[in-house]
Amino acid sequence: MNTPNTYKLSFLALSTLLIVCFFINISLGSVSIPNSDILETLLGTTQNVSWRYIIIDYRLPKAFTAIIVGSGLGISGLMMQTLFRNPLAGPFVLGITSGASLGVALVTMGASLFGGVMAAVFISKWSIVIAATLGSFLVLLAVLIVSTKVRDTMAILIIGLMFASISAAVVNVLSYFSSAEELQQYIFWGFGSLGNLSWNELLVLFTLYTFGIMFSIVSIKALNTLLLGENYAKSLGLNIKQSRLTIIIATSLLAGTITAFTGPIAFIGLAIPHMTRQVFNTSNHKILLPAVLIIGAIVMLICDSIAQLPNSDFTLPINAITSLVGAPVVIWLLIRKRKMIF
Amino acid sequence: MVNKNQHIVLRTENLSIGYTSKKSETEVASNINIELHQGELVGLIGANGIGKSTLLRTLTKVQTALNGTIFINNKDIIKYASLDLAKAMSLVLTEQISSKNLSVLELVALGRQPYTNWVGNLSEQDMTAVIKALNQTNIEGLKEKKCFELSDGQLQKVMIARALAQDTDLIILDEPTTHLDMYHKAYILKLLQKLAKETNKTILFSSHEIDLAIQLCDKLVVMTKDNVISDEPCNLISKGIFETLFPKDLIAFDKDTGSFRVRK
Repeated sequence: MNTPNTYKLSFLALSTLLIVCFFINISLGSVSIPNSDILETLLGTTQNVSWRYIIIDYRLPKAFTAIIVGSGLGISGLMMQTLFRNPLAGPFVLGITSGASLGVALVTMGASLFGGVMAAVFISKWSIVIAATLGSFLVLLAVLIVSTKVRDTMAILIIGLMFASISAAVVNVLSYFSSAEELQQYIFWGFGSLGNLSWNELLVLFTLYTFGIMFSIVSIKALNTLLLGENYAKSLGLNIKQSRLTIIIATSLLAGTITAFTGPIAFIGLAIPHMTRQVFNTSNHKILLPAVLIIGAIVMLICDSIAQLPNSDFTLPINAITSLVGAPVVIWLLIRKRKMIF
Repeated sequence: MVNKNQHIVLRTENLSIGYTSKKSETEVASNINIELHQGELVGLIGANGIGKSTLLRTLTKVQTALNGTIFINNKDIIKYASLDLAKAMSLVLTEQISSKNLSVLELVALGRQPYTNWVGNLSEQDMTAVIKALNQTNIEGLKEKKCFELSDGQLQKVMIARALAQDTDLIILDEPTTHLDMYHKAYILKLLQKLAKETNKTILFSSHEIDLAIQLCDKLVVMTKDNVISDEPCNLISKGIFETLFPKDLIAFDKDTGSFRVRK
């Protein structure tokens, strides 16, 4: 249970890697900027206005968003996998994405159905964020209410999936009746994007993220106790319902706000905890939680760097990259170690 | 063998157990009066479906009693906060643990959860208790192993060590010998007997190993259709209690050997 030196070494190496990835991420983009100028821009000594704009107002917030998204979704996934004792669980089993998708679908595609021209005017960046937040919040509220009523944790998993099905059905109906432009707008949101956040939006995201991380740190002991199963946890004096609630709140704060701002980012929440377990070979959340945080941030920075297609004018959807890069890595780790650590 | 002056760890008073639903109340057993003293090894026996699990679930506060009272260390069990109960009573269940990727040391250390701080750091005192539990169950050599590498017999010892590390006056085990071969059944029950003597803890376990329980336990709690009796094994034999345990068509109790024989 104590942190041996091997862990310290791994953490040191990962932290270094994180910093390196961060700078690589900032230095790459459709416009090629020399490294020395990037450093000058960061230090505030450059005279080049357009470079300052690119780096300070676009690449930096994007890199920070990537760090928040990767670490936040990774930690949510870790907590869900432990809570539901299921290696396939991710941050979205609670129906968060489905709720957000439903909210966004209602704003982008429901406009012509319900409000006509008037509603279409209001489709802006914030209205999508608000719709996604409201959508995920409402679905979560339903799941939370149910979770205090049912005794079996597995029931929450099923209920989350049911809500996802209902939302998907409503989205299907909406898209059937909507125009090509509306559909496109909805689909673009579904691709996910890290690059659209202003510093103000980033501040809001970061604040809520910090609260989510705090809730998850408070849950470390409960998560470790839950490794024994709920009945043993109860016999050790753990208040199951309260711990479950704290874990769900942490997950919804992290995954809910991230999804609201960046769209549904696929795969990261499921894969990062598995990658981390393979690297650290432990189930102890005191090690896993900080490790997932760093590895999640690293993977997301790398994915974003690739999605930029450096020195070209194209940007690939981030969702495609997370799966394209992430899935082979998980498969490779599983084959190399020949067993799943869970 | 049983010292009547010793401290009573678990006592029930006119306890009746069963299930309640909105409409009806199903009573499984009633009028249960048992007294378990410090340092006693007590076996709970009875046929399948007679209510052993229900009794254990009630004694461990998983479900509530229909009537009557349970006292742990002379305090009513319903007055215990869950954390205080965790310091008075530890469990070994039949269910598998969720994560077998824990090392033996980590798993036994989780027994210290009621005593550790908010993040679960082990103090020196906690580590001492963990090492002691590993020694008492003879599994020091396994401490770096992962749980999925262990045999069923080894895993059961680890779970017992975890309960010991929890440092409670009472340990309750639900069928600790299922899935084990004959040798390991005897080994585990013999270990429990040794632990009860050495640590002066009260150990209550349910089992179908009636022959072994008769030989090793200080006291047996026998559940039959009509009543729940607790006494020393030799007294129960002379009272002819074991004959009433099962239907008589297939097996019969042999008083001389203290075991059941198949009818020829």
